[in-house]
Amino acid sequence: MRRTERNERFHRWLSEGDTRLDTMLAEEYDDLTTLKHVYESDAAAAEETSRAEAEEKAREAASAPLYTAAQAHAEYDVPQRSRALYLLTALLLCAGMIAVLVFISSQLPSFGKSENPANNEVVERYVEKGMEETGPVNIVAGMILDYRAFDTLGESNVLFTAVCAVLLLLKLASSGNAPRPAAAPAETEEDLILQRITRALLPFILIFGCYVILNGHLSPGGGFSGGAVMGAGLILYYNAFGAAAAERFFTIRTFRVVSVSALSFYAVSKAYSFFTGANHLPSFITAGVPGRIFSAGLIPYLNIAVGLVVMCTMYGLFTLFRKGDI
Amino acid sequence: MEVFHLILLIFILACAVCVALTKNLVVAAVVFMGQSLALSVIWILLQSPDLAITEAAVGAGVDSLLLFAALKRVRAIDREAAGKRGEADAPNGEE
Repeated sequence: MRRTERNERFHRWLSEGDTRLDTMLAEEYDDLTTLKHVYESDAAAAEETSRAEAEEKAREAASAPLYTAAQAHAEYDVPQRSRALYLLTALLLCAGMIAVLVFISSQLPSFGKSENPANNEVVERYVEKGMEETGPVNIVAGMILDYRAFDTLGESNVLFTAVCAVLLLLKLASSGNAPRPAAAPAETEEDLILQRITRALLPFILIFGCYVILNGHLSPGGGFSGGAVMGAGLILYYNAFGAAAAERFFTIRTFRVVSVSALSFYAVSKAYSFFTGANHLPSFITAGVPGRIFSAGLIPYLNIAVGLVVMCTMYGLFTLFRKGDI
Repeated sequence: MEVFHLILLIFILACAVCVALTKNLVVAAVVFMGQSLALSVIWILLQSPDLAITEAAVGAGVDSLLLFAALKRVRAIDREAAGKRGEADAPNGEE
């Protein structure tokens, strides 16, 4: 009797101990798993931060040569008083400059008066005899491509020289022993919206550019504006479809051939101004009937030459900046 | 027309001040683009369509594109984008 009771108690104790042990074990296990989780997430976080730090360092190293104004300001600790003096001087100088400019522009002759000094015999001659002497309906084209053709040749050469200078600088920087600072030409991402819009717009942009160039002696526009429009269209194409697609029709060879032949054509066809002075020789290309598309002597062809040079320059400058090469 | 002219001129002035004051170079380039566009409208109002076409193509188009390309080249665009991302993510941790 007592024995069985004791037996029972013992068994109960045993089973209770079992359950207690089970719960203890389960708790232990839970603790362990949570610890593991914590440990894992800690490790992941540490790895994440170290990677982020490495990236940050790499980015800083990449942009190390750039010394920002903020850094300069932080490093160069100006005393409080001299900073106030600096601000005061800057304000005074600005106010003085503004006062001078406003005073001068208030003394200018008002716009469009007949007695203005700009209204002299040169303008009179241009306005009255321009169409008769040079041929174009758009008198601006007659001025810049006939009376002042030599100036426009200089302008075109300035553009060409600018591209040459940028090409020299960037090419020299990239071909030296030092690794290029801004290497890795960022390939343009495929952007569906940009590509579709470009496909719809580009023909109109290019045709408008051609129209502005070819009709330059009849309507507002001319070589420079039309060439800029066409160059902008080509840049849009480059941005939408990437460098590889653009290289199918425009390489450094294209640039060289088109720019140099256009500039040479311009120089040859206007070189006689060197020898004749202001009054140009009677040309074998006659002025024609004003208002026709084939009229105004050399002006349409000069417009085409200027347009080609400007288009190549705009596009060439952009690609040079973008990938370090045309 | 007089009022329209005035609005455009004030817009140009505001843009110019904005370009001078802003610290963000990309914003400065975009504002400069808008200023050129308003200026080309003013050229049309002053009956100078030649200049208007050139201003729209060069000032608002190619010039700003060259500015963007130059900013890209000196990594200003990347850096500013990274800075923005860092600020936005800091309070929430990483996402």
